[in-house]
Amino acid sequence: MSQTLVKPPAKINTVQAINQAIADAMEADPNVIVFGEDVADFEGGGIVKVTQGLSTRFGTSRVRSTPISEMGFVGAAVGASLVGLRPVVEVMLMNFTAVCMDQITNHAAKLRFMSGGQTHVPLVIRTMTGAGFGTGGQHSDFLEAWFCHTPGIKVVAPSNPADAYGLMRAAIADEDPVIFIEHLPTYWVPGPAPEPDHIVPLGKASIVKEGRDVTLIGYSRSVHDIGAAIVPLEKAGISCEVIDLRTISPLDMDTLLASVSKTGRAVIVHEAVRSFGAGAEISARLHERVWKKLKAPVQRVASKDCPVPFSKPLETGFLYGAAEIEAAVRITLETS
Amino acid sequence: MAASQRILVEIYRKMALIKHNDDRFITMIKAGRLTMPYYSARGQECIPAAISVLLTDKDYITTIYRGVHDMLAKGVPPKLLWAELAGKATGTCKGKGGPMHITHPDSGCMVTTGIVGASMPIACGLGLAAQIRGEDRVVIANFGDGASNIGAFHESLNLAAVWKLPVIFVCQNNLFAEHTTLANGTSVQDIAVRAAGYGIAGITVDGNDPRAVYDTARDAISRARAGAGPTLIEAKTFRFNGHVFGDPGEYIPKDQYAAAVANDPYPRFRDALVAEGLATAAELDEIDTFIEREIDEAVTFAMNSPFPELSELAIDIFATAAA
Repeated sequence: MSQTLVKPPAKINTVQAINQAIADAMEADPNVIVFGEDVADFEGGGIVKVTQGLSTRFGTSRVRSTPISEMGFVGAAVGASLVGLRPVVEVMLMNFTAVCMDQITNHAAKLRFMSGGQTHVPLVIRTMTGAGFGTGGQHSDFLEAWFCHTPGIKVVAPSNPADAYGLMRAAIADEDPVIFIEHLPTYWVPGPAPEPDHIVPLGKASIVKEGRDVTLIGYSRSVHDIGAAIVPLEKAGISCEVIDLRTISPLDMDTLLASVSKTGRAVIVHEAVRSFGAGAEISARLHERVWKKLKAPVQRVASKDCPVPFSKPLETGFLYGAAEIEAAVRITLETS
Repeated sequence: MAASQRILVEIYRKMALIKHNDDRFITMIKAGRLTMPYYSARGQECIPAAISVLLTDKDYITTIYRGVHDMLAKGVPPKLLWAELAGKATGTCKGKGGPMHITHPDSGCMVTTGIVGASMPIACGLGLAAQIRGEDRVVIANFGDGASNIGAFHESLNLAAVWKLPVIFVCQNNLFAEHTTLANGTSVQDIAVRAAGYGIAGITVDGNDPRAVYDTARDAISRARAGAGPTLIEAKTFRFNGHVFGDPGEYIPKDQYAAAVANDPYPRFRDALVAEGLATAAELDEIDTFIEREIDEAVTFAMNSPFPELSELAIDIFATAAA
């Protein structure tokens, strides 16, 4: 007698998802090119191998390792995109965006506007970051607020492989510059594989879990942390709604307003330092727009306002913990 | 091949176009009819005039805030330029860019930057696109002597050399980086020597001599078109009107200024064309008269055009308006 086996859903990790997304985009559109430090196969296919195999498959004209020269090659990506190529460049670590900030904020972000719409910059800048590996003050920062504060740039930060695939495909197809933030410590966490050509529209948040009492808002790493932190809360009878922003800028205000209008409480969680962060902007918008529906002040959970430290206890202390998320939720319940 | 009589007269026409527009900009600013930060390139007109006659509409240029001369030489219509400088909706960039950010892809003017040096990496990308697509295009990256001290210059020369990009880096060395002299801010007397550090050709040329600029640019453009990679051309020149309109230029030694004025490339080239029998004074006058008429029309067009609507503030941020 034959036995019918239920095939488990295929799992992939975020490194594989992004690699697949870029490969599929390159296959579909000859204008998609890739460059960055060590991205070609001769140099190892990327420092964590996100671009592995691409230069072998698509050639070293379209997939190029660059000199260590972020201002030079990000500027070159801006130039190539002005005339219709779709560069996907890797700025290896998010802190390194500081050395090409002029090209990103003064040029990529503004050329559509300053040219009166005659030119535009369909460019994806991939960059990885995240504390937890002891990489210290210049290799670990979440700097998304720098870019969110610049009109003309979209900022994306997936939390799982399927979204990473779908957001990357959308980012490459987008007509404007996108900062694509990849979280290093969760790169290898497996998740369900996306359908072929799965697209996640930019600017659309996802409701990861529905709930009634409080809305927890996160992106990238913090979605995982929220998922862990709500377990004891749910057991205690607190119904939590979890939103993964996926795109930080532009914010999906429709989803946020609908959720917080329903729950009346919100907690924002991000790995970036607290002050002047994305959480402040979201909190301000919620207070401005659904003030009368709020049952308690919006809370923020974030990393401490200091450089990312090296020493393990300090690094752990720099990051927020599950207890802080839980405490923030309880504050919203107690003050209401 | 040396510049023909027809080419030399065309170079004169472009120099006159730049010179007369510059004169009119200053007149209009002084009269209070044009309000803009103006970085006059008066004195530098020979360089883009002599290079642009070697380019086609397909070729790209990038330039900087002192770049109106580069744009006029490449073919940006004066009407659209004037309207942009007046901040009008009919300008090249709908009045949203202004003098430091002119773009006009139809004539190949892809970027004008207000950030010293920043257009050079972008020029590399324009060259890269042409290279990847196998297109016959070159890129002229214009910048000043001051920009040769910023990182973008060095990263761009290296990248263009490593990838053999069809980019010609044109350093218009007017001897002053804002108010700082070449000697006080730059480690070498001839910026072209820096090319050697990147293994590419570097040539210093008299930027006030149209034939010399033409010959040098012709060779560099030929190399780029043949896939032989980039060249750094240093064209030595002088700017007569200080850093920005209103700058009295007190830091410029008087004898240096007097010598530069005595060597003004515009009247010198005009006189040479007549003396060598390549054009009559009457023919050149006719060119000048035509240009003046064109400027009259451009000024009228710009002054009579409407300002952009405030709704423009929400347009051209992204491809589709944000919610």
